[in-house]
Amino acid sequence: MAETATHTADHASEHAHETSTGLTNNKLAMWLFLGSECLLFGGLISTYMLYRGRISDGPHPMAIFDIPFTSVSSFVLLMSSLTMVLAVTSAQRGDDSRTNLWLTVTAVLGATFVGGQIYEFTAFVREGLGFSTSLFGSSFYTLTGFHGIHVTVGVLMLLSTVGIIRKNKITGNKAEVVEIVGLYWHFVDVVWIIIFTLVYLIPS
Amino acid sequence: MAIIERPGTGTTPVVVTPQQTFGAVKRPVQTKGWREWLFTVDHKKIGIMYGVVAMVFFIIGGVEALLIRLQLAMPDGQILSADKYNQMFTMHATTMVFLFAMPMAAAFANYFLPLQIGARDVAFPRINALSLWLLIIGGLVLNASWFLGGAADGGWFMYAPNSGPIFSPSNGVDFWVIGLQITGVASLLGSINLIVTVLNMRAPGMSLMKMPVFTWMILVVQFLLVFSLPVITVALVLLMLQRSYGATFFDVSQGADPLLWQHLFWIFGHPEVYVLILPAFGIISEVLPTFARKPLFGYPFVVFSGASIGLVGFGVWAHHMFASGLGPVSVAVFSVATMAIAIPTGVKIFNWLLTMWGGKIWYTTAMNFAIGLVVLFTIGGLSGVTHSVAPSDTQQTDTYYIVAHFHYVLFGGMVFGLFSGFYYWWPKVFGKMLNEKLGAWNFWFMVIGMNLTFGPMHILGLQGQPRRMYVWTEARAGEGFFNLGFWNMVASVGSFILAVGVLFFLINVVVTARSKQQAPLDPWDARTLEWLTTSPPKEHNFDRIPVVHHLDEFFHRKYEEDTATHTMKKVAEGEDLVRAEEEGADAHIHLPSPSYWPIVLSVGVGLLGLGTIYGVPMIVIGFAITLFASYGWILEPSVAEEIDFEPSDNDGNTKEIAPLG
Amino acid sequence: MSTSTEQQQSDHEHGMSDAGYIKIALILAAITALEVSTYYVDFGPLFMPSLMIMMVVKFVMVVSYFMHLKFDSKIFSFLFYTGLGLALFVYITALATFKFFIS
Repeated sequence: MAETATHTADHASEHAHETSTGLTNNKLAMWLFLGSECLLFGGLISTYMLYRGRISDGPHPMAIFDIPFTSVSSFVLLMSSLTMVLAVTSAQRGDDSRTNLWLTVTAVLGATFVGGQIYEFTAFVREGLGFSTSLFGSSFYTLTGFHGIHVTVGVLMLLSTVGIIRKNKITGNKAEVVEIVGLYWHFVDVVWIIIFTLVYLIPS
Repeated sequence: MAIIERPGTGTTPVVVTPQQTFGAVKRPVQTKGWREWLFTVDHKKIGIMYGVVAMVFFIIGGVEALLIRLQLAMPDGQILSADKYNQMFTMHATTMVFLFAMPMAAAFANYFLPLQIGARDVAFPRINALSLWLLIIGGLVLNASWFLGGAADGGWFMYAPNSGPIFSPSNGVDFWVIGLQITGVASLLGSINLIVTVLNMRAPGMSLMKMPVFTWMILVVQFLLVFSLPVITVALVLLMLQRSYGATFFDVSQGADPLLWQHLFWIFGHPEVYVLILPAFGIISEVLPTFARKPLFGYPFVVFSGASIGLVGFGVWAHHMFASGLGPVSVAVFSVATMAIAIPTGVKIFNWLLTMWGGKIWYTTAMNFAIGLVVLFTIGGLSGVTHSVAPSDTQQTDTYYIVAHFHYVLFGGMVFGLFSGFYYWWPKVFGKMLNEKLGAWNFWFMVIGMNLTFGPMHILGLQGQPRRMYVWTEARAGEGFFNLGFWNMVASVGSFILAVGVLFFLINVVVTARSKQQAPLDPWDARTLEWLTTSPPKEHNFDRIPVVHHLDEFFHRKYEEDTATHTMKKVAEGEDLVRAEEEGADAHIHLPSPSYWPIVLSVGVGLLGLGTIYGVPMIVIGFAITLFASYGWILEPSVAEEIDFEPSDNDGNTKEIAPLG
Repeated sequence: MSTSTEQQQSDHEHGMSDAGYIKIALILAAITALEVSTYYVDFGPLFMPSLMIMMVVKFVMVVSYFMHLKFDSKIFSFLFYTGLGLALFVYITALATFKFFIS
């Protein structure tokens, strides 16, 4: 299939209409990655579930969790998924400024969530739950910390996407880039849905 | 673009000078010499580099094994202290599994998978390069431990709490953790890359059930990797956090359960052994039909059994833990599951045998190694079946009987399969055929050496010699036929015979490199699409992407059925077919451009990892480099833009860079 | 053997409108409120099952609608749910060997 050489950088991205499945390489890759992430978070969650009751001399989960506070945090993250979807639909309509608006709002909500986590952690440390205090402490901070790092990376991705949309540096399908960032973001939200229930709402 | 040329005209690519810069450094566009290799994103060059790196580590791991065998050749061995011995068997296994076997499979997969499916590269060429450089960095980090306080010494399975900070205070385990974490990321990226490549980049007409078996086995391996690597990632993270940051995951005094590590490690570790063997199975599934002059018997069964092995492989891990106190219910369940997984493997063995049955066998070195795999893997598989019987395993576990089993399947199976692949595909990759006489010496020394080394270990194990024991004494060696001393000596002698066999291979490589021969492009009258290319293939692989109508497409283009006699008659040679492709070549072919971001990113990641040993400043620097490289990568188009090229003086040849109208 | 990008785009549109997504979000918020209420209200023996069900429902809703999996190619579902399924299988099995599910 002959193509003109002027098709330069644009051609670099894998057009859906040229692939054997009709799906793009990037989207396939992201769903595969998310499938593998299930095993990553599954391992951390299982470790937590095994060790949640082993508190040594440290505080018990129910003694330090602030369910109302965490509920608000969870709600914030949940709403960020909505704003993310709105960013995707804006991108599909070709509305760059709307897309950037919703991406930014999503990033702000995500950052708020992370801020809430940091506040929570510092409060827990003050109340006697350190990383090395007990198995509960180590597993809790590792699980929620890993999740928090994923959210932070997500916020970075969102802001970077805003940046490169502004600088018009997206090669390939802009709406798909936003969609793929969105897939990652929703997954991070979905992991929290599980963590919120298993860690916070179900007492050990 | 690396190549914008009219294929087949024989003109050299234009010399280009990149204009555009990102940051301070111009992106590589057209590179020669060492830069051509360092910045390449071409799957073939990456494949060759994987092969070289893997071979280097094969030799290092082999030397480590020889030192072990020297130590155990005589009673009260003095060659290695207990501490050094622990490091030696740990690094031997770790090196062989992660730095030889997996990269060598990656070498074959990288080089041949795109060719077998009729593609010009993989789905994500820069990520492909990143995987290679991450492997190299990871391998360097792992082996740096030898010089920086001692290597890891907890066994390749690194059970915690033994591998924790109290019982393994030196940095050896830290280097092990970081090295494997980095190589793990490399493999994970590679697995996503290859799955997308197979799903999305097959030539028109190549449905999944028309793909070569090698491609299928590699695909199954990638699924095994993508779903098992995260589990060892968790284990490594937990161990790293314990060792470097005071976590309590394996602190029994706090209530930790040592089985946590074992589960996490083996949930990865068992699929991993199928990761190791399936590529070799794929290779001989190409070699056996070619040299038996018959199609593979039962292609769908071979494919489906490979997929079943992959799936069921996730359900048997605790057979590595039969003696750990799991309890009778768990043990029984895993025992039955382990027996079940022997079935699909048995299916493959029968399919290979039936492929050879009634064929006109051509005993080349490649074929000999392939037949060797079928025989030796079966022996290893039989001992494996005895392990699946849990009460029996209680005697066998942690003895040399286990060592015998896995070396028969890994050396007799996997390594023989890889060597079969070397001899089979060398002419395609390097344009020269490996010497068959030296190949015979290579093969026979390896077969004899391997059986002399690992055969006696069945006896040693059942007579009670434990694994990981740095010394044995005359007093406990027993008498008569079962004298452990005698069989240890036999095994040690065997290991050196094996080493000579490997040496013959290396000599063969050098002799071949020096020879002036030019291999034909289809020396074996093979069956699959990678042979529809020059030897070595052109940079863009295929002048025109082939349209596929059959399984074994290349074979069906050369042979047609004679309706009178119902035999296959040759109607074209490989050379004729490739010439026809050249004549119908695509006018413009775009290939992704080289990039240095993969290397830069790898260095950043390496520093990030080492920072968990050497402190926060290094983490910060590593993170900064990683971030910088990530942005550089994202902002760099995978194909260099037009502005990066200066057209050379027009010499009258057809060198269209940018049609101006 | 391959489908065009245009068809992919129309599949996207066919998914949901903005109003539809907001409805999903409101349902999710309501379920979350119900989840949090288990902290304040005694659900008795319904506590565990209802929390687990709500968690799964939220998970599936976000994946199916926000991540568009319900409307996209089945290949994506296969890739993701295989990972999820394997994770559930291996980790529940491992926890079972720790007698985690026996009170």
